[in-house]
Amino acid sequence: MKKLTAKTPSTYRTALTPYSVWSLLFVIVPLIFIAFYAFTDDNFTFTTDNITRFFTAKSNIVGEDGTSEEVRTYILIFMRSLKLAVISTAVCLVLGYPIAYIMARAKERTQKTMVTLIMIPMWMNFLIRTYAWMTLLQDTGIINGLLAKVGLGPVHVIGTETAVILGMVYDYFPYMVLPIYSILAKLDVRLLEAARDLGCGSVSVLRRVVFPLSMPGVISGITMVLIPSISTFYISQKLGNGKFFLIGDAIEGQYVANNLHFAAAIAFILMVILLSLMALVKYVSARYVYGGE
Amino acid sequence: MNKVVELKNISKAFDGEVVLDNISLDIHDNEFMTLLGPSGCGKTTTLRIIGGFEFPDEGDVIFMGERINDVPSHKRHVNTVFQKYALFPHLNVFENVAFPLRERKLPKTEIKEKVTKMLEMVMLSGFADRRVTSLSGGQQQRVAIARALVNEPKVLLLDEPLGALDLKLRKDMQQELKKIQKNTGITFIFVTHDQEEALSMSDTIVVMSEGKIQQIGTPTDIYNEPVNAFVADFIGESNIIDGVMLEDYRVRFGGHVFQCLDTGFMKNEPVDVVVRPEDVDIVAPEKGMLCGDVTSVTFMGVHNEAIVDIGGFKWMIQTTDPVLEGAHIGITLEPDAIHIMKKSKYSGMFGDYSSYSNELEELSNPGGEEEE
Repeated sequence: MKKLTAKTPSTYRTALTPYSVWSLLFVIVPLIFIAFYAFTDDNFTFTTDNITRFFTAKSNIVGEDGTSEEVRTYILIFMRSLKLAVISTAVCLVLGYPIAYIMARAKERTQKTMVTLIMIPMWMNFLIRTYAWMTLLQDTGIINGLLAKVGLGPVHVIGTETAVILGMVYDYFPYMVLPIYSILAKLDVRLLEAARDLGCGSVSVLRRVVFPLSMPGVISGITMVLIPSISTFYISQKLGNGKFFLIGDAIEGQYVANNLHFAAAIAFILMVILLSLMALVKYVSARYVYGGE
Repeated sequence: MNKVVELKNISKAFDGEVVLDNISLDIHDNEFMTLLGPSGCGKTTTLRIIGGFEFPDEGDVIFMGERINDVPSHKRHVNTVFQKYALFPHLNVFENVAFPLRERKLPKTEIKEKVTKMLEMVMLSGFADRRVTSLSGGQQQRVAIARALVNEPKVLLLDEPLGALDLKLRKDMQQELKKIQKNTGITFIFVTHDQEEALSMSDTIVVMSEGKIQQIGTPTDIYNEPVNAFVADFIGESNIIDGVMLEDYRVRFGGHVFQCLDTGFMKNEPVDVVVRPEDVDIVAPEKGMLCGDVTSVTFMGVHNEAIVDIGGFKWMIQTTDPVLEGAHIGITLEPDAIHIMKKSKYSGMFGDYSSYSNELEELSNPGGEEEE
């Protein structure tokens, strides 16, 4: 009997075994492979060429006015990915925060309904969702059809940055709303009453109490949207008509072209950048943000 | 004394359930008033109505002569010490206390000066930079008091502020709160279900039950002259016996006619007679006005607590003399030990110790209970 109830570190370890095996096989080993491929050439001899290529590869871009400009290809692609990801994350935050707040303050039944509504799109395949947006946004698509009926438009969205951002916001929105909501739902109502009692109007209560206390949710929301949207690929191909080649597309392209080693190198660099970014966020929030440690 | 807060015929219901039923109450300048009653009696709701967190369905809330029914809480000159303190966990001690001052956008030097003074008053001078989550319950309590007082409100509302503290700390904080109230001259409205706390701290006690005010008075009034069986039972221990008021100064109960000090009842009016356990004198059976058998004795430290069966009614008697279980004893009552009350709907519900046990009492009234 005693063995069953005793919670020694070794029992925990035993209980964790399946998970440990799983992550070893499907997380650690693949990561080692990526690193291995990134630093080897086709004959599997050590090289840093793939890494250097990421930083040095150049190409010419012909601008609209016909002048051509030499740029560092992958740096440009990465910066473009970062820009779109940051914009999408910001849009998710600006749209998601009020919804999370309204949800957290709603009646319990309404809360459940709203959580379900926000999660339903996640039950559908991501490719299908993206295709759905293509149909919606086409120049001859449903939205433009409707706009034409009321005498507006057509608006050209498909193939623009806006379309890509729209797609990303749509796909990653729940990952912003849910962590913020879960923090706000747990917020002690007495703290809001205390703030009012001490002279805060509604705006002040939000600014001085609700927002700072919800920072842990905001930070995890930002992390959960920013990171996948930096490395996204399919959305930009379908909604951007392939005009906005992103870092995820680059990895996919190299992989499809059978340049496994360079594809691994890009993935490896992206991973290093994202991990440092996360470390930075963690460091900053631990020091300056409530609940960050 | 000037009235600071007046409640006029306040009624309030939640989901059709009446919580406050036509409450009227005057609260004066510089007064330490306690709203006392069991869970669900409406004391917290009364406090929340004064604080502006609830709004009455009927009646008026008057503050310094002005009707403030619709004034939101952040515009009232009233501050609250919340149950469980409600300190802001993302701010340190200094910033918690400075919170209302920053809202008023006072100059930095003035904020620093006021906060420092407040922290000094609650004896937390060295704690300004501490996180509030790292403080003990008593220290958090002090921060909450400092934060509520820094704005120099006209009235301070305290919602069972000592409920979460252990007994020793609670006694200390009672003294301290009383001292702060005297020094600042701010009106305190204090909510508690602890009658001892109410008796030791208050200038005025308001006993509430079932959404109604049962009695308003000084602690001695409430203790010595309870108006009905509910108040008599809720404040301290009491034996409440059925009696008949024969005429002024003469009451009959337990088959004996007693001298008393009460007047103003009709001839032969049925009444409730209150006798406090410490006012009963034990004598030899033949000298007793009433006689009975001791059924149990509990040693309480200062005194013995005896349950005595007198004609089928179980009395509680507290005495410093030794008593033995099973002994046949007599009791005598001085006229001033007897208090007569009119019959009320609470008659017969309280004041009989036939099913009494200390343990049960504690179980049914645990310290630090919360009222929602």
